[in-house]
Amino acid sequence: MTQLILFNVFNGLVVGAFYALMALGLSLILNLSGVINFAHGGFLALGAYLAYTLMPYTGFWGALVVAPVLTAVIGLAIERVLIRPLYGRDPLYSLLLTFGLAYVLEDGARFIWGAQSVPYPIPASLTTPLSTEFFFLTGYRLFMVALVAVAVLGLFFILNRTRLGIRIRAGTLDLETVSVLGVNVRVLRNLNFGLGIYLAGLAGVLAAGMLGLQPTIGTSLIMPSFVAIIVGGLGSLPGTLLGGLLIGVASGLTTVFLPSATEAVIYVMMGLVLLVRPRGLLGEEGRTQ
Amino acid sequence: MSALRQQVPNAVVWLVLLTMPYWMGAVGGYTELASRVVVLGLAAMALNFLLGFTGVLSFGHAAYFGLGAYGVGMTIKYLVPSTPLGILVGAAVGTLAAMVIGALIVKLRGVYFAMVTIAFGQVFFFIAFRWNEVTGGDDGLTGWKRQALDLGFTRVDILGSDKAFYYLVLAVFAACVAAMALLLRSPFGRTLIAIRENERRARFLGIPVEQHIWLSFVISCFFVSIAGTLYALLSNFTDPRALRWDQSGNFVIMAVLGGMRSFWGPLIGAAIFVVLQDYVSSQTENWMSVIGVFFMLVVLFFPRGVLGILRRRLAS
Repeated sequence: MTQLILFNVFNGLVVGAFYALMALGLSLILNLSGVINFAHGGFLALGAYLAYTLMPYTGFWGALVVAPVLTAVIGLAIERVLIRPLYGRDPLYSLLLTFGLAYVLEDGARFIWGAQSVPYPIPASLTTPLSTEFFFLTGYRLFMVALVAVAVLGLFFILNRTRLGIRIRAGTLDLETVSVLGVNVRVLRNLNFGLGIYLAGLAGVLAAGMLGLQPTIGTSLIMPSFVAIIVGGLGSLPGTLLGGLLIGVASGLTTVFLPSATEAVIYVMMGLVLLVRPRGLLGEEGRTQ
Repeated sequence: MSALRQQVPNAVVWLVLLTMPYWMGAVGGYTELASRVVVLGLAAMALNFLLGFTGVLSFGHAAYFGLGAYGVGMTIKYLVPSTPLGILVGAAVGTLAAMVIGALIVKLRGVYFAMVTIAFGQVFFFIAFRWNEVTGGDDGLTGWKRQALDLGFTRVDILGSDKAFYYLVLAVFAACVAAMALLLRSPFGRTLIAIRENERRARFLGIPVEQHIWLSFVISCFFVSIAGTLYALLSNFTDPRALRWDQSGNFVIMAVLGGMRSFWGPLIGAAIFVVLQDYVSSQTENWMSVIGVFFMLVVLFFPRGVLGILRRRLAS
């Protein structure tokens, strides 16, 4: 029993790490530009499929490096062409646009790579269990958690120590002032979007190795990411990280005791948080508007 | 004279709706398609009560639509084989859920409100999807049919005759639309519009904004769940797709496409969307891409919607 619980908690932690990685990207874009990027799941799938296509040429490690960057470049272009005209308009429009984009990305993946799930090889060095007793501690899972941790640390480094990151954080608080101080807000939003999409692409490359790769992989991960943002706290990136891990572990634990509620439990958590603390666990005051 | 002129659009809409089953075939449609236009038009107009007239963006209305659909299906299948009772139960279930969820989300605004409504919509999807024994799971709820109406003096066979069912749908539609129009004209409706225009000012005037938004949300969901019941009755079937997030997005695009600042706009949007979807999905397997591109084109080039543009033309 202990082993079963440990297994599911660990599993939940891994899944939660995906949610967090995806939700961090969503949160970045939402905080600076006020855009709910419904196509985030589509970008995740795109990253995964790009890695799948690159793998024969670059190997797993090469794909891991290149695919998220390619995804981010596509994201930059899409932001420039489709989303930029919508800043300053009712958030309804950007939501509808990314909603349509999500359709196109999912259907496009189905068109190019097929509706069936495709085999996604991971290096043999990562698949062997590290311990016979805790069979679920495969190298790949540990590796994923470690890589997500590195990505998150890198993100916080960028946000706290680089000029771009400081500008992003400043823009989140008061974009107008940042603009008046001579920062090109268009470029800032563009790069920020690219950064968010990079995280989605990275999540995709990693998730495909664990969940299998089919066109709907993104849609199944995006809803929990929304929940992660709401539970963790509106406007707070550490909150989003916490929210992702929390709901991952919670749904992992629920799998042990009440398997049919695995998906529903995170929404119950969201309801409770909204009831007690509408701005979320680590949310900033006044961020509910 | 001007009062009379204002009635012209209303007269045109009702005339078109009343005669639709008789010319639908001649333009390449069928009666069921006409019913679908009216049902989804009702859903989009109900959403627009909240979106266009209260200024609150909900992206999760499919949940209440679907609850209505399952409500009517399960009532007829498990409880009483009665169409009107099923509609009542479906509407009650959807409205109850909206009351609870509305209370949880009413403090949020803008994108956050939208995001929470999206997320909550998923709960009901998973319940319908997972609770196999009762809801039929992924395969949907089958094994029930809409029942003939017993009016006391006569029986109306809405199952055998598509046209009879269309007129039942239209009657329910008319009642709902009239109720919404009356509500919007009442002081309550005017207050909603005031909140849409300037929430802060409305608050300073002493209007309990949260209460009003909650009530508007519940009213909107009530009418959406009625539309949901009709949708299930139309095909004698419902499945989890009726309450998934993509359905919510469809309602929003219908409202925007037709013009969300006008009363009839969403109906026109629904008509365009339903016919387009029917045509595209019969032509290509990649209808999702076509619909997705359509969404983007509407947003980029057509944000005011059909009636919004028409009104501008007339004004200039």
